[in-house]
Amino acid sequence: MQDTPENRAAAATPIDAGIEPGTLQLGINGKPYFHSGDATMPLLWFLRDVLRLTGTKYACGVGTCGACTVLVDGKAARACMVPMLEAAGREITTIEGLERDGLHPVQQAWIENDVVQCGYCQSGQIMAAVDLLRRKPRPSEDDIAQIGNLCRCGTYPRVRSAIQRAAELTRAKRT
Amino acid sequence: MSGAFDASRRRFLRIALTASGALVVGFRLEEAFAQSSSVPPDLLGDELTELTAFVMIERGNRIVIGAPACETGQGAITAYPMLVAEELGVAWPQVRVTQLPYGYRETDGNASNRFGNQSGAIANPIGEAWTALRTAGATARAMLVAAAAREWNLPVEQLRTAEGHVIAPDDRRISYGALARGAAAQPPPAQAPALKDPATFTLLGTPVRTTDVRNVVTGRTRYASDDFLSGGLIAVVLRCPHLGGRLESVDDAAARKVPGVREIVVLEPAAANASGDGPSAAGIAVVAESTWAALKGRAALVPVWTPGPFPEESNATLAATAHALLDAATDGVVVRQEGDMAGSRKRARLALSARYELPFLAHATMEPPSAAIELRQDGALLIAGIEDPDAASALIAELTGLPRAGIEIRLPRSGGSFGRRLRNDFVAEAVQVAKAVGKPVKLVWTREDDLANDRYRPFGLHAMTATLDRANRIAGWSHHCAATPASGREPGAPAWRGCVSAEAFPAGFVEHLDTQFHALESGLPRHDMRKLRHGFDTFATQCFLDEIAFETRRDPVRLRLDMLGEPREVPAGEGGIMFDTGRMAAVLSACAERIQWSTKRTDGHGLGIACHATGGGYVAHAFEIGMDGERVRIHRAVCVVDVGRVINPLGLENRVASAVVDGLSTALNLAVTVKAGQVQQKNFPDYRLLTAAGAPPKVEVHALPSTLDPVGVGELATSSVAAALANAIFATTTVRVRKLPLMPELLRML
Ligand code: FES
Ligand code: FES
Repeated sequence: MQDTPENRAAAATPIDAGIEPGTLQLGINGKPYFHSGDATMPLLWFLRDVLRLTGTKYACGVGTCGACTVLVDGKAARACMVPMLEAAGREITTIEGLERDGLHPVQQAWIENDVVQCGYCQSGQIMAAVDLLRRKPRPSEDDIAQIGNLCRCGTYPRVRSAIQRAAELTRAKRT
Repeated sequence: MSGAFDASRRRFLRIALTASGALVVGFRLEEAFAQSSSVPPDLLGDELTELTAFVMIERGNRIVIGAPACETGQGAITAYPMLVAEELGVAWPQVRVTQLPYGYRETDGNASNRFGNQSGAIANPIGEAWTALRTAGATARAMLVAAAAREWNLPVEQLRTAEGHVIAPDDRRISYGALARGAAAQPPPAQAPALKDPATFTLLGTPVRTTDVRNVVTGRTRYASDDFLSGGLIAVVLRCPHLGGRLESVDDAAARKVPGVREIVVLEPAAANASGDGPSAAGIAVVAESTWAALKGRAALVPVWTPGPFPEESNATLAATAHALLDAATDGVVVRQEGDMAGSRKRARLALSARYELPFLAHATMEPPSAAIELRQDGALLIAGIEDPDAASALIAELTGLPRAGIEIRLPRSGGSFGRRLRNDFVAEAVQVAKAVGKPVKLVWTREDDLANDRYRPFGLHAMTATLDRANRIAGWSHHCAATPASGREPGAPAWRGCVSAEAFPAGFVEHLDTQFHALESGLPRHDMRKLRHGFDTFATQCFLDEIAFETRRDPVRLRLDMLGEPREVPAGEGGIMFDTGRMAAVLSACAERIQWSTKRTDGHGLGIACHATGGGYVAHAFEIGMDGERVRIHRAVCVVDVGRVINPLGLENRVASAVVDGLSTALNLAVTVKAGQVQQKNFPDYRLLTAAGAPPKVEVHALPSTLDPVGVGELATSSVAAALANAIFATTTVRVRKLPLMPELLRML
């Protein structure tokens, strides 16, 4: 069997694995998953090592950098700081599940502004931007500056313009 | 000019027809024509293993171009294929880019790289690619035109090409895809075809976005650390926290009980290896089924370490030693001496002196180092984000005894380098672990591992003295540097290489010159960062020029322009590169103009400027800043560069803007400090990169137009940031900060 996220995901569903007592259930990108291992394991490693959803990145493991940002019940959270026990029962969205077909307006804006340098921080930046635009459809420069995600390459000026562009695209989509 | 392709090397074209009818054209260096090498049928998948600088044309007229270097954010995956595409005569949207693996091969016992030079260590990567990659594109085009000429029975001179088609005078056209088979059936042109007149470029010089940007923003790109080899075991290493320390013993009973932990392996601390990696720390690897299990296992280890030979090392002792060396009358190693500096001191109307201190710095690549490796009987597979695969391949062979021809290396997109990925110490660790467990292993570094075990940018102190004559001209320039030299230098390189230079401005522009170097001992492994010297001594030189201007009541821009004098070329070291004073002056003047240098600010803002040249490129930085309580606010950031002809203006602008932000981040807050022989920084909370809030909202980037051959820009664009910022802080606060990082020192002095 080819080692794709889909195939790994299938292996983690209860049909293959059988539900053991104490098994945690959570939704990821709209599909149910189960975890019967260490409940203190951060969601980050479940995504990366178990499901091989590697779009969510590790860069600090202590909640500082934001490279691991995902949406938990629609709100930005740092997956390295969310133990599986807390993820249980929630709906998680990762960069892979942001938009099923085509591109999310934030991804579109990221492409238009050519934000990516090494790109390693960018899935986290994008998830943080999605969260900001959900809270503030018309973000001020200060709102944007409050996003604490680190970018070692220094793409902040482009992240800034991409978020403003994404806000426009989102508004255009609504009307 | 380093941009020219070394014509003395023998170059051979290589053509192959794939099973799917794809035409493959590439070039080889130092290698005879390949014996009929078979291109694998999966050539169009991700397993490209045959060519570099290659062109593959599918029947459906899709064009695949290979990028020969590991993309770490420097833009190679876009700029290199653009060079091929321009000469090939295809539309950019037709092109699919694929990242090539390491191209080692042996032919009749002779080793070569079928993709040319893949090491990022070469001084001027774009310079070498500039000719070689365009030639590969032009050759493919010539063959396609020849095939069309045969088909139509027309002379090649009458045919032209556009957007992947050959076009006849009567406007008949055939797609490259339809011509591929016929083109490949013919022998390659005996001579490399002529390259386009740059005036006729249609792609080069136009803005092009990062080719694989869509995969990155959708999370589909597999970075180096995203790959899992079959078996998927993960290793993390607990390393000795004492510089040069040893493992006395370890109690691993609790670690072995952690569910998912498979093996514990004691690593022999590697001595400096032939590939120049410097010594690695002693350590214990925990191999487990997941990263989390490995980390839990590691946390459960109970080691007893023996402190190494540097139990007293600290920034304070290093600085004290450096000051003492520079105070003492004893000479250091002479880097360059001219005229009579001692005499000039005696005769001088005025002599000015200042010392500048720079801390150790960590590369802190966003994606920490990792290496996935599988060792087999007859070969190995390495997946890692590395920029010197040559050295990695030699290293694996050295550690395993495997033949180099059997070692395959894949070079996926990686999260930043800044020079870090030129070192292969993490590859050496992975090989040791894989050998011990007999299974494929992915060895990963945590951020804590990375900050405590980097190959650090050296620590150093610069003692500067300038003597001024009656006309306030700088007559003498003395630069004595005491620093921890880079470890793992190429054999024969002097200790000062990378810390000071014999040729850097103002050497050659003053009558009396005295440049000396004192090596400081340190237990930290050291290595270049964003090209070491550029930034390291530039900070001292460009701040000191500002101080001289202030003391002699001259405008800092005027002072520099006067020193540069009439436009002319002087040798700049660095392998025959010339320093063109006219280009330097033009960049500096343009930067001053953009920031409105001569307009006095009245709102409490101050301006600072600095400039530098390296590798045939020229840069000037200017900042307009203000103090906001205890914070420095950067209101405007201007950067002007001259890097020759611009291949991708969008890529250039973005890279320069980011490099300026990185330079500001580093100059303001970053330092690695040592205390009692241990690195103090643990994770990002102690190594505070700027966030969006601290970065300037915009960086104004300008590239001066040029028809000269292009050079790389990444390192150049950080080099004089710290000096320009320190100069701006002085203009704003009248406080001269001579120690990096600037913020802690500024707050101490305010
Ligand atoms: S890896 Fe989670 S915040 Fe850095
Ligand atoms: S793009 Fe490299 S860390 Fe952000």
